Amino acid sequence: MTTRAVRVLIAKPGLDGHDRGAKVIARALRDAGMEVIYTGLRQTPEMIAEAALQEDVDVVGLSILSGAHMTLVPRVREAMNARDLSDVPVLVGGIIPDEDRDSLMGQGVAAVFGPATPTDEIRDFIHRLVAEKDADG
Amino acid sequence: MPMDKLVAEVLAGNRRALARLLTQVENERPEVLPRLTALFPHTGRAHIIGITGAPGTGKSSLVNALAKRLRAQQQTVAIIAVDPTSPFSGGAILGDRIRMVELAGDAGVFIRSMATRGSLGGLARATRDMVRVLDAAGFDVVLVETVGAGQNEVDIARTAQTTLVVEAPGLGDEVQAIKAGILEIADILVVNKADRPGALQTVRSLKMMVETGHPAARERFAAHHGRLLPVPALPAGDEVSLWQPPVLQTVATENTGLDDLLAAIAQHRQFWHSGSRVTQLQERYIEIELYERLQQALMQRFVQALPPELVSATLQQIRARRLDPQSAIEQLLNQVETHGYPSSR
Ligand SMILES: Nc1nc2c(ncn2[C@@H]2O[C@H](COP(=O)(O)OP(=O)(O)O)[C@@H](O)[C@H]2O)c(=O)[nH]1
Ligand SMILES: [Mg+2]
Repeated sequence: MTTRAVRVLIAKPGLDGHDRGAKVIARALRDAGMEVIYTGLRQTPEMIAEAALQEDVDVVGLSILSGAHMTLVPRVREAMNARDLSDVPVLVGGIIPDEDRDSLMGQGVAAVFGPATPTDEIRDFIHRLVAEKDADG
Repeated sequence: MPMDKLVAEVLAGNRRALARLLTQVENERPEVLPRLTALFPHTGRAHIIGITGAPGTGKSSLVNALAKRLRAQQQTVAIIAVDPTSPFSGGAILGDRIRMVELAGDAGVFIRSMATRGSLGGLARATRDMVRVLDAAGFDVVLVETVGAGQNEVDIARTAQTTLVVEAPGLGDEVQAIKAGILEIADILVVNKADRPGALQTVRSLKMMVETGHPAARERFAAHHGRLLPVPALPAGDEVSLWQPPVLQTVATENTGLDDLLAAIAQHRQFWHSGSRVTQLQERYIEIELYERLQQALMQRFVQALPPELVSATLQQIRARRLDPQSAIEQLLNQVETHGYPSSR
């Protein structure tokens, strides 16, 4: 099997103006050998889904600190599904209460990572997801 | 022969299929070869514009501004933005889309970011084929933003029909760029950030470089087998047909200077289609591409034909100074020439 570059979209939906967390993750994944497409602040769900399509990414990571995850995340998932991207996993990072986490996981989110999650854990999770997808063909 | 499904979808304008095919091309998957073959007759229609220049000069911002204007003229636009792969991790952060947010949601625009994956000429190895796929997919214009690391960005001049070299005042690297031979590949020189102090000075020094160079001194060069070869000179007396690169000012973030830039691009395009010199250049590039690909293909086949034990034994001998590299190569060549290549599957 050939190893291939893993492509990840890191996006910040919503209106909060802090992208330090997103940049930390982007750099950590770069250092783990991944190609990280970073799209900047204030992305709408439509913009994120369209970027995921054009860039043909393996995974979409959403960084949300605004507290608006319960409205934003399902809208990103829907916009992606509408573009035939239902097989592309969505990960969420941010301050997410437990009950919201369960609800998001029930709405097509592959994983939710709190702000204290070691970046290694996120990296390993993505590698596992991609390996599973490649094994399925 | 029935048409491949993915190819048919790409030709029909399916964006998901296009994105997937671009990934296959980028990963140099074996199954893309027949697909590229099927698409090749559909290429040659798009105007391919390269945008090069040092990091921070405003290439991505300029691509964004250009694409907006082209869209206003009803032209469809594909963008490839290349960023460097980290030599340490093999990973990359591709951040050019940040400057292209205004293009989001426009179905007439398709943006693809890519990493160099170890290639050194300002583009990735697969960029040229990805441009061809976008051309075949029917985009009117393909904008290619290079890494812009300076030194050796000749690849773009062979991929694009019109190459913009972007400079900005205050970066202190005007002279650097000129030294690095970037000027030779410029069809149009753009001084971006013209709102910054020092812009006029930059314009003036660039103009001087362009004008003092006798047309013959503006010989175009192309890398070939690792050497720079001049493009054949025109017969004497034909100098009127030489292209003088204009020096233009823009403020990409304010959409200033874009009309002049678009006019210059259109002019250069016309020149490209009428000028004999440009045709010669184009022909030379095709020849170079053929040799480059041949080199790659031969190398790949050759390596496959070598028994791995022989390679490691040979390396061992060289390390022990019992065999010099040149004789080792002779031995390996002999091995393959006597035993032949494995039949292709
Ligand atoms: N003042 C000014 N800033 C600009 C202009 N064009 C781009 N910039 C800024 O310069 C920085 C680098 O721009 P970018 O397009 O990413 O440059 P690239 O690295 O060459 O692609 C960004 O902060 C832009 O907002 C301009 O014409 N004037
Ligand atoms: Mg850029």
